[in-house]
Amino acid sequence: MEVTLAHLKRGERGIIIDVSSIHIPLKLLEMGCLPGNEVELVQVAPFADPMYLNVNGTHLAIRKETAIHILIDIINE
Amino acid sequence: MSKQINVALIGNPNTGKTSVFNALTGLNQKVGNYPGITVEKKEGICKLPRGVKAHIIDLPGTYSLNASSLDENVVIELLLNKNDKDFPDVAVVVSDVENLKRNLLLFTQIKDLEIPVILVINMADRMIRKGISLDIDYLEQQLNTKIALVSTRKSKGIDELKELISNYKELSVEPCMHASEIDKDYFDGLRKAFPNQLLYKLWLVITQDVNFGKTDRNEIDPVANFKTKSKADLKRLQQKETIKRYQFINDTLKKGQTIDLNTATDLRIKFDRVLTHKVWGYAIFLIILLTIFQAIYDWSSVPMDFIDSAFASLSEWTKNVLPSGAFTNLLAEGIIPGLGGIVIFIPQIAFLFLFISVLEESGYMSRVVFLMDRGMRRFGLSGKSVVPLISGTACAIPAIMATRNIESWKERLITILVTPFTTCSARLPVYLIIISLVIPEGRIFGLGYQALTLMLLYLIGFGAALISAMILNKVLKIKSKTFFVVEMPNYKWPMLKNVALTVLEKTKSFVFGAGKIILAISIVLWFLASYGPGDDFNKAEDIVAKEYASQNLSEEELQQHIASYKLEHSFIGITGRAIEPAIRPLGYDWKIGIAIVSSFAAREVFVGTLATIYSVGNDDEDTIKNRMAGEVNPILGGPLFNFASGISLLLFYAFAMQCMSTLAIVKRETNSWKWPILQLTIMSAFAYIVALIAYQVLT
Repeated sequence: MEVTLAHLKRGERGIIIDVSSIHIPLKLLEMGCLPGNEVELVQVAPFADPMYLNVNGTHLAIRKETAIHILIDIINE
Repeated sequence: MSKQINVALIGNPNTGKTSVFNALTGLNQKVGNYPGITVEKKEGICKLPRGVKAHIIDLPGTYSLNASSLDENVVIELLLNKNDKDFPDVAVVVSDVENLKRNLLLFTQIKDLEIPVILVINMADRMIRKGISLDIDYLEQQLNTKIALVSTRKSKGIDELKELISNYKELSVEPCMHASEIDKDYFDGLRKAFPNQLLYKLWLVITQDVNFGKTDRNEIDPVANFKTKSKADLKRLQQKETIKRYQFINDTLKKGQTIDLNTATDLRIKFDRVLTHKVWGYAIFLIILLTIFQAIYDWSSVPMDFIDSAFASLSEWTKNVLPSGAFTNLLAEGIIPGLGGIVIFIPQIAFLFLFISVLEESGYMSRVVFLMDRGMRRFGLSGKSVVPLISGTACAIPAIMATRNIESWKERLITILVTPFTTCSARLPVYLIIISLVIPEGRIFGLGYQALTLMLLYLIGFGAALISAMILNKVLKIKSKTFFVVEMPNYKWPMLKNVALTVLEKTKSFVFGAGKIILAISIVLWFLASYGPGDDFNKAEDIVAKEYASQNLSEEELQQHIASYKLEHSFIGITGRAIEPAIRPLGYDWKIGIAIVSSFAAREVFVGTLATIYSVGNDDEDTIKNRMAGEVNPILGGPLFNFASGISLLLFYAFAMQCMSTLAIVKRETNSWKWPILQLTIMSAFAYIVALIAYQVLT
């Protein structure tokens, strides 16, 4: 099974692998959500939607419907 | 030298671009709309060294030149159109020292358009605290630009920026990287097909279609048809371009910027663990809201009372000083109260925007959007609709003005259309008097029936707003991509200058925008209430005097009867009579009809009008209440204001669009009469039906 951003738990971090899905708005890439960058799930709203991320120093919130298209590797500490 | 330099301020949101604009222009700024769309256009004049003047445009904040909203598209339309009178001689890209990497993306795109560019690195005062040091010479050389290190908070670097602007001709227009390397074949083909056009401009025109749909460009229209690639391919190429740009930026910053993480402190995460928490986040938001509303009610009641009485005495004074006649009456009873009806909203509008701009400046508003998004999405709204809906309980006018930061036009339009359902403060006088007439005083579980009714009316208002939003979401066929990416900026202390300018500008735009229309309708209403056809109106004095000749009335009482008789036979009174058949099934008589018609100007007029009709000298609520309680239903007998007609009236006012000021502001914000007219028709029809059903079921 592919691991996506939606699988992250609060406080966990991962490395972005792939953002080429057409469901990902270009704006997200422009804000630094690019392959190779580290992403941390800072906080989630109720029902884990929206999700509050720290991508490479940029703090932003996205909806779960977008997060399920962002493939990542979870960093195990 | 007389020529003005055109300067465009461009930058990501939350970089303090507006602070830079305020620092450059001060009070020499004005806010308008771009023709045909409702995006705000901010421009101002700045005096440069050696007597040169600069015309500065503060363009909407954007993360890149790939537009996804109307706001962002304005930036591209201007930069692509050399013939636009505002086309910049020099672009000033504003960046934030903490987010330099992300901010430079937009910078490299603008460089590719071969426009002279100055890079402002703002919030330089934070560098030490964040452990950031920059090699400015190296960055200037790599980025092919001049850099101004600015701190608007500490008022540093603005003079240097002005100096750079006045010397814009010395700036290099060479791009700092070559984006076309992402697909050599494709871009070579493009260059061959349109040899006279700038390559990057061509690329933007082609991809703008993919991003945003239609645009008007006669100059290079054939370019849009240069479709040798599918939409999906173009999108992939845009992703490649973004990655390429970030590579260049990373390489540049690796040498040009060092960040000592040991000295860096980040309070944001600590704050956000609490402020966006599943439980605490909502609790804190609720407390902030309650505080704000309490403050708005408390703080604005004193100035509002003052304005009310000041205009009343001005009106009185005018009547006494000027020779009596139609002109004096128009001035004293039409224009001055009309102006008063505009000015009286100023305290609430100013206070509301004071709070909203503090919340926005501090960065907290993004957290509210985060907390509320999911709940609002169910109703076709966005997290960003929360602020207007809540502001609506004070007054729909500032609330509708506060929808401007909703990117999706559809979500914004729905928010504008449903906001008037929330219970605004003008409904309160109407609710209070009717509740006190028809709802018994008893208690249940320690809560008064009357208080519960009032609370229920507030809930009905919110419910109506949410349900109609859900319906509109299904019915409106507006294509607007709704994706949700919200930046969570760092918390900052709001800057007094920015807050003050926002409050000033919003208040001004209300007074001069909606004010004109309110004034016009006030004059019309005055005319209709002051004139009437035939002898009944014109000889009212004689008729009334004859009728009451046998009763020994004091002069004052006689005057009240005359005024009441005149109103009954004025144009507005005749209108009341004419609509009586329509409102009788709702349990109202013609007098209530007049009150409803005249309270179209503003809901609170209802009480005042009934006061005049029932010949009460003032609209002191207790006296009018006794009079209303004594009114007898002319057909059925019994009190006119009974439980059935009272509930019917309450529901009518809960749903009806009885506020021309709101209609005026909706017209202004949507730039069309279509939406306010639709709003008026549907809300009034719904109010009528609900009031009808309520009365018929309850009698």
